[in-house]
Amino acid sequence: MAYKIIASQCTGCSACEPECPNVAIREKNGVFIIDPKKCTECIGHFDDAQCVAVCPVDNTCVIDTGYPRYQA
Amino acid sequence: MRATLGNQADASGHALGQLLDKIAGHKGCGTSGGEGKASCGSSAGPADMAPEVWEKVKNHPCYSEEAHHHYARMHVAVAPACNIQCNYCNRKYDCANESRPGVVSEKLTPEQAAKKVLAVASAIPQMTVLGIAGPGDALANPVKTFRTFELIAKTAPDIKLCLSTNGLALPDYVDTIKAFNVDHVTITINMVDPEVGQHIYPWIFYRNKRYTGIDAARILSERQLLGLEMLTAAGVLTKVNSVMIPGINDRHLVDVNRAVKSRGAFLHNIMPLISAAEHGTVFGLNGQRGPTAQELKQLQDECEGEMNMMRHCRQCRADAVGLLGEDRSAEFTSDKIDAMGEVVYDLDTRKQYQELVEVERQDKVAARESALQEIDATDIRILVAVATTGQGRINEHFGHAHEFQIYEVGSGGAKFVGHRRVDLYCQGGYGEEDTLPSVVRAINDCHAVFVARIGGCPRDELQAAGIDPVDRFAHEFIEESAIRYFGEYFAKVCAGDIEHRPRGDADIRQGAFTAAA
Repeated sequence: MAYKIIASQCTGCSACEPECPNVAIREKNGVFIIDPKKCTECIGHFDDAQCVAVCPVDNTCVIDTGYPRYQA
Repeated sequence: MRATLGNQADASGHALGQLLDKIAGHKGCGTSGGEGKASCGSSAGPADMAPEVWEKVKNHPCYSEEAHHHYARMHVAVAPACNIQCNYCNRKYDCANESRPGVVSEKLTPEQAAKKVLAVASAIPQMTVLGIAGPGDALANPVKTFRTFELIAKTAPDIKLCLSTNGLALPDYVDTIKAFNVDHVTITINMVDPEVGQHIYPWIFYRNKRYTGIDAARILSERQLLGLEMLTAAGVLTKVNSVMIPGINDRHLVDVNRAVKSRGAFLHNIMPLISAAEHGTVFGLNGQRGPTAQELKQLQDECEGEMNMMRHCRQCRADAVGLLGEDRSAEFTSDKIDAMGEVVYDLDTRKQYQELVEVERQDKVAARESALQEIDATDIRILVAVATTGQGRINEHFGHAHEFQIYEVGSGGAKFVGHRRVDLYCQGGYGEEDTLPSVVRAINDCHAVFVARIGGCPRDELQAAGIDPVDRFAHEFIEESAIRYFGEYFAKVCAGDIEHRPRGDADIRQGAFTAAA
């Protein structure tokens, strides 16, 4: 699985973008999106998903169940 | 239409007004103020500080109370990200009609910001300071923040650079701050005890990890104080902002004051909590109240023996433009700046304006000193509210005032002690009866209100509330007039014509500018 950002809740603050160890986050139309092909859920990098930890709006960076679990 | 510098009655004000109108004319910008509220400073003058420090603060509206009547600041919103969460902040609900920190109408890239600074500096010659204050944290966006400073230092080298931060990342950037010639840094420090801090900060993001509760507050406090010490050692002037939250940190701020003073902070700015349910903040939603005007003043008075207190802070937006207490950001939106084409930086006109301001400032000091000599020593002090559009003069109509500046005056002199925002009382040329009681509530602790003009109806209502409406000092200097008024007041008390009585408390009005024209 990968993380996704719920666009309606994203404030566009950009805090997540530089924290992503996989450079999977970019801005699109004023909000930020995660490239599921690049997201590793921070496994192997950090204990916590960085986008989740830094996001100012709770439950905005969430697991996208549409993708299979990431295999390290 | 609100009159500003352009409508001065006296000779020197007239010269300034003409110069400003000329500038406004050829830049295509009006000189009327907006409805926003700003915020920052010290009322200490050159006699109280080292010459090199005075040189740094004398034209900075936040660091010098006296300068804030003459000089303007702008914030550019290039730093949207933040690395902590505060219970008084919610950046999800941005609204153009609101004025509080953390709110902006549009984010800018460093390149857009640099162009905006040139456009504003050319249109507003009294704009001397450029700050990066968010809407997140300047140092949580280091690339954007320092790129902006780099661009501005190249094209507008006379503008002072400032930033404000929560302090979490500060120790990592003190060398960079120094290298970019950032003169002034503001750190928001609401506590020095994690037990207190856990009720203000739900979490921080530090070294790739989210910390909560008391751990978060402990790390934040350690980093803030370390950063402050490092800035002091590096010779950067620092201001500490503290939000006064009754029942949570109000008494504790005396300890904070002591802690930051001992670490070399230049100025302490204790601000009232802005808290309303419609802001969607934790404090707003759980009904946490802000302080009253007299609660705030008492705490500021208590801390003042320790160090310089800033009382003229208007708690401005992260994209504010203009004098503190006005916000002209709507004149300088990205669309309008893009439409300006190439902007030529007009350094000569800026210098010309600033020289006129210096003459005016010296006249003001001389007038104050001569007025003061005529009064015998007494312990009696009163508050007076002043309607002004800037330049340290009583030059605003009662009904046009967005705010009143509050001066405490006694035989020792007149001191700026605060400001009160009020709803626009007068719209479309006649006063609205409904708004007047809210004006009275905002200045209820004052004995008199000084205005350039006032209508018959509000005059009667103010008198009924025990506040003396005074228009005989129209267009005169504020401090000189306040001292002269006090002299007359004190003479009447001595003669037994009136009895001196303290007045009550007053409201600090906050919230959106719904009634703004």
